[in-house]
Amino acid sequence: MREEPRIGVFVCHCGVNIGGVVNVPQVVEYAKTLPNVAYAEDNMYTCSEGGLASIKETIKKHKLNRVIVASCTPRTHEPLFRSACKEVELNPYLFEMANIREQCSWVHPREPEKATEKAKDIVRMAVARAVWLEPQTEPELDVLDSSLVIGAGVAGITAALTLANQGFKVYLLEKEEEPGGIARWLYKLYPTLQDASETVNPLIEAVKSHKNIELLTSTNVKDVGGYVGNFNVTVSGKDGERKLNVGTIIVACGALNYEPPKGLYQYGIYDRVITQRELDGMLREGKLGKPERVVMIQCVGARRGEIRGYELEAFPKSDTAALLRKILKAKKEEGWPYCSRICCMNAIKNAILIKEQSPETDVVILYSDLRVYKEYEDFYAKARELEVRFIKFLEIITPEIIEGPEKKLNVLAYDMLAGTEVDFPCNWVVLSTPLIPHKDEVVIARMLKIPISPDGFLMEAHLKLRPVDTTVDGVYLAGAISGPKDVSESIISAKAAAARASIPMANKKIRTEAITAVVNEDLCIGCGLCEELCPSGAPKVEEGKSKIVEALCRGCGACAAECPRRAITMRHFGDQPILAQVRAALNHEALKMEGA
Amino acid sequence: MAESEFEPLIVAFCCNWCAYAGADLAGTSRFEYPTNVRIIRVMCTGRIDPPFVLSALRWGADGVLIAGCHPGDCHYVKGNYMMERRFNFLKEVINHLGIEPARLRLEWVSAGEGGKFAALIRDMTKEIKDLGPSPFRRLKSGEPV
Repeated sequence: MREEPRIGVFVCHCGVNIGGVVNVPQVVEYAKTLPNVAYAEDNMYTCSEGGLASIKETIKKHKLNRVIVASCTPRTHEPLFRSACKEVELNPYLFEMANIREQCSWVHPREPEKATEKAKDIVRMAVARAVWLEPQTEPELDVLDSSLVIGAGVAGITAALTLANQGFKVYLLEKEEEPGGIARWLYKLYPTLQDASETVNPLIEAVKSHKNIELLTSTNVKDVGGYVGNFNVTVSGKDGERKLNVGTIIVACGALNYEPPKGLYQYGIYDRVITQRELDGMLREGKLGKPERVVMIQCVGARRGEIRGYELEAFPKSDTAALLRKILKAKKEEGWPYCSRICCMNAIKNAILIKEQSPETDVVILYSDLRVYKEYEDFYAKARELEVRFIKFLEIITPEIIEGPEKKLNVLAYDMLAGTEVDFPCNWVVLSTPLIPHKDEVVIARMLKIPISPDGFLMEAHLKLRPVDTTVDGVYLAGAISGPKDVSESIISAKAAAARASIPMANKKIRTEAITAVVNEDLCIGCGLCEELCPSGAPKVEEGKSKIVEALCRGCGACAAECPRRAITMRHFGDQPILAQVRAALNHEALKMEGA
Repeated sequence: MAESEFEPLIVAFCCNWCAYAGADLAGTSRFEYPTNVRIIRVMCTGRIDPPFVLSALRWGADGVLIAGCHPGDCHYVKGNYMMERRFNFLKEVINHLGIEPARLRLEWVSAGEGGKFAALIRDMTKEIKDLGPSPFRRLKSGEPV
């Protein structure tokens, strides 16, 4: 016999995040009227120390055997509340979350009454589901103490060294012939103006000579199988294919520097229109000389997702209006929607380098928004002291480049702050282009089942709370694979990813979700359909009955849905809890129906 | 019930890895949508047994949304393909039962598509408002079907 459910409901205000929209006390009062609810209260922050203490005390005091927290998404906070339950010996699988923030208050800020009704429905659904929950035991898996790091740029190298120094075996994969990544063609690093090679070369040497690191260059990932603790990776390199068995994977494939298409700001048409990357090379080789003027243009191919409602008519009419209209008409460039974060500092750095070697050169930076964060403000101030000129142009009227006399170029722009057209004859035009995701990322994301963000980079499990984890257990992100980063930010994220990866490897064990398939042998006729359709090979038909290999079952539930005899069910996601939730969703006053 | 007062109830089955995360992202990004949807989390659309959908309709849902990972992106490789096959069959079945097939939708929403999720709920709520209450709901409230 099942014990009689005694459910406790904790409704969170989350400051004003929920409480500012949903009438939380009303939801608490409503929860108290629901069948099997023994206790309900509201908390300012249920995830705070006080909130968790209250849950633990209440479980003991009211002999609760089910707990519901109505707050945010289970995707971020379920583990925290589960462990609180575990501390007072309530099985964590008897905990349930009602998502009334991400899926209610945050999406209905202007409909507080309807949002409150919806929150009540969501709590009612959670209560109905909780009645059917059962305690579960999480299977324990062995974790191999070896890791695969994909990509040997600054991030990959740092992650590999961090793990190898802790004694873990690391396979460091690089598709190019040499490690180093983007940092190999960087000249100086901002804001120290130190040679990039001074930072990167010692790292490369350390990787090459480390006894725990096997560096595999000119090598690509071909296939990934297995799961956390025991991934089976096939790589292909110069000496053919090879199989690697690793416990964790760190993805550090970096990003690509955007190459403007021919014709964008006359790139590829005039050879004096170059990118910052090409300028880096010229500065390193001392080929720039002492030009009269260099003009840099920011956000080339970046932040082009949408144009923010400027109208030409809003600006004072002037002699240049006709020209402006012409320019406006011509501008419809391709590009990436996001801010690439590093280009402002990179342009300022190269401007300072030019000024230092040739003070007479006039350096002009044309920008639509300048983003110099944290200590880079001082870096910007330094550039101004050196008389680098910063001119703000209007986003929709991006500068135009035409050929001038004596092999010079003319940059025409609309100076937004002065409200006039400006014209700069110059020797060089330098385009600041963003870091962009490269095609390999998509291939690797597909193999590892990591989601891709709208910007095209690999997505972290949670932007704030789990910035280097992915939704796949045992797979972590380091460096610019998850968005543009400079060298120091890449190193920070690489060390973070290595620290995260070392946890299961140091423990040698990991507990995985108990959500696995269960066969009712009385109903099973051994047809083998489950064996045929399972993507991870968990069911095996032996002696006329299907048996589930728990370590292989990843809990998708396809076999439970497809079994013609309904002989398979899922732990934690059985038919009854799901159907109870459906029923509760529709047991709505508007439907005038009898209860479940 | 007057057409203007009709607020449809939509049951949405969302997979944990893509669509449920996409719905979360709609919240994090503050993309607003109507309050008519009730989300049920499952690990994979491959888990969604046809009786879940049929029961929802029988118990009065005006619409059922199944939302999962884009083709090729399923966390479990092919659960969404299995759901798509069931979906085509379910559409036929509900049509035979006299329920407009438009009440049942299968959509792909990635974890990064918060905006798409919000737009989808706006669109589906409007479409079902135009269709009116479901035949089963009218049956329950004693209205002629």
